[in-house]
Amino acid sequence: MSLRAGVQLRRGTLDLSVDIEVRPGEVLALLGPNGAGKSTLLRCLAGLAAVDAGRITIDSKALDDPALAAFVEPEDRSVGFVFQNYVLFEHMTVVENVAFGLRAGGTPKAQALAIAHDWLKRVGLAELAAARPNALSGGQAQRVALVRALATSPRLLLLDEPLAALDVGTRAQVRRDLHRHLESFEGMAIVVTHDPVDAYALADRVAILDAGRIVQIGTLAEVTARPRSRYVADLVGVNLVSGDVSEGVLATSSGARVVIADAPAGPSLAIIRPHSISLVRDHPEGSSARNVWPGTVVEIDRLGARARVSIEGKLPLTAEITVAALESMQLRSGDDLYATVKATDIEVYPA
Amino acid sequence: MIWRRRPKRRAGVPVWVTALAAVAVLFFALPVIGLLWRAPWSHAWAYLTEDSALTALRLSMVCSLWATLLSIIFGVPLAWLLARVQFVGRSAVRALCMMSMVLPPVVGGVALFFALGRRGIVGQYLDRWFDLRLPFTTAGVVIAQTFVAMPFLVVTVEAALRQLDTSFEDAARTLGASRWYTFRRVTLPAIGPALAAGSALAWARALGEFGATITFAGNFPGTTQTMPLAVYLALETNPEQAIVLALVMIAISFAVLVALRDRWFIRAGSESTRVQR
Repeated sequence: MSLRAGVQLRRGTLDLSVDIEVRPGEVLALLGPNGAGKSTLLRCLAGLAAVDAGRITIDSKALDDPALAAFVEPEDRSVGFVFQNYVLFEHMTVVENVAFGLRAGGTPKAQALAIAHDWLKRVGLAELAAARPNALSGGQAQRVALVRALATSPRLLLLDEPLAALDVGTRAQVRRDLHRHLESFEGMAIVVTHDPVDAYALADRVAILDAGRIVQIGTLAEVTARPRSRYVADLVGVNLVSGDVSEGVLATSSGARVVIADAPAGPSLAIIRPHSISLVRDHPEGSSARNVWPGTVVEIDRLGARARVSIEGKLPLTAEITVAALESMQLRSGDDLYATVKATDIEVYPA
Repeated sequence: MIWRRRPKRRAGVPVWVTALAAVAVLFFALPVIGLLWRAPWSHAWAYLTEDSALTALRLSMVCSLWATLLSIIFGVPLAWLLARVQFVGRSAVRALCMMSMVLPPVVGGVALFFALGRRGIVGQYLDRWFDLRLPFTTAGVVIAQTFVAMPFLVVTVEAALRQLDTSFEDAARTLGASRWYTFRRVTLPAIGPALAAGSALAWARALGEFGATITFAGNFPGTTQTMPLAVYLALETNPEQAIVLALVMIAISFAVLVALRDRWFIRAGSESTRVQR
């Protein structure tokens, strides 16, 4: 069982154009900023929206293919959907919610309710079977929404920000439970999230969706080791610089020059880790640091014993220094200074 | 249409507002008081159980319930279409279907006559091909009542459908439910209070229908003479009976509105405020 989806769709300001593949039994996390098109992509896969162009197939069966005028209705796709706000049916009990899909598929009532009870037992909610959805906590409602989707044995399970509506206290527990259930789920799954912790805990691979395009796909370790978008760099907390490498220097479009140790010529990306940046008030003489960039402090964030200093200039950077250093330098917003980095501390890879 | 819970606090209501409102209440109450005052209480039961009165009452009930049923059968799909499907000329279609709410009912009756009468644009074929004549028949009464009553159901149900979060229907579809199953098991229960309120309003409007009925269906005891027509007729021949019949109509209307207010309008209102995203 595998999913291949080429999706092209324009909706208002969103211009979605992606190509993804989910392998048999795989859990793929879809990570990206708000408005990137994550939910719209899920709706296309579920059949709640039709693609303008492209082709969605599961096991080479076309679910949506405008070129062939093929469109399979959502109810015939065997694609489960767990909505962000769970959308449990308020006028039914919890067990009736879980049995809904089976009933809709023609399973006799008694049998459907029995199966639904088993599912509830599996997630430890058997005692809430007769409750109304509005009596559930967020974590419980999330589990009910999950087993309601799983009870129909979908080939593909879509989860739209499954943990976003939960408070921090319950999120970790629900995340662990969700991981367990996705492990035992045999179909494919796509989890939309904007929290890399969720992606790390739940998914085998991560796809980064930004402004309607997949900018990076791979394991979370691969993606974070070599960010290819500002979004991922911000998630990981590193400075990402793009430019052209020639003769040991990476030149950015804004005119900054970054001296690097060694890298093949051509369009490249470089990451500068905030803790490898030193800040000095006066231009350093006789330093081993090959890079000295002038800049202006625009923001200082204190995080415990460390402080993150945002610097504007030809090369915008975030540096991380100790609060002790911050205080001895008496840094304020608006101060002019120099940021220095050793060429060997900069990691460069082809764009 | 928005129905709101009455605010609990009354502090700070200006006197002149209260005074004007009191005049308005009096304006509505006085006619009822007048009828109650003039009602021939000793003969009330006799007037009410007279054959002509009972016949009119029965006819009113049968016709208005049929009109309500037809309004539901055709009005709910219409409301769904208006609420959920974007199509060219939707506003025009909505205006057309709501027109009978503001049209003088007599005009509606005349228009129906030219549409469904024996010489009407459709009526002539009904007559020729099916030997079916609607004017001056009980079926004509039902048609006239449906014509004026259905918009009340459509506006109420359309508003409820618009307020309903569509992700409930989306969720049902992804769980394997067909459009029809989704409508029956998810949409309908969610708009149930509004459907009930709309049906009751349509029924009350059908029950009180006079102008379109008398124009299109005439005034024949037993076949087209409904309660309002009987009241009008009795006013000429037997004013005391007219008062009794009028009081019966008032009692029914009042009961419907009181029941609606407590059971459905508030529920329908709170339902709409609960829609979350």
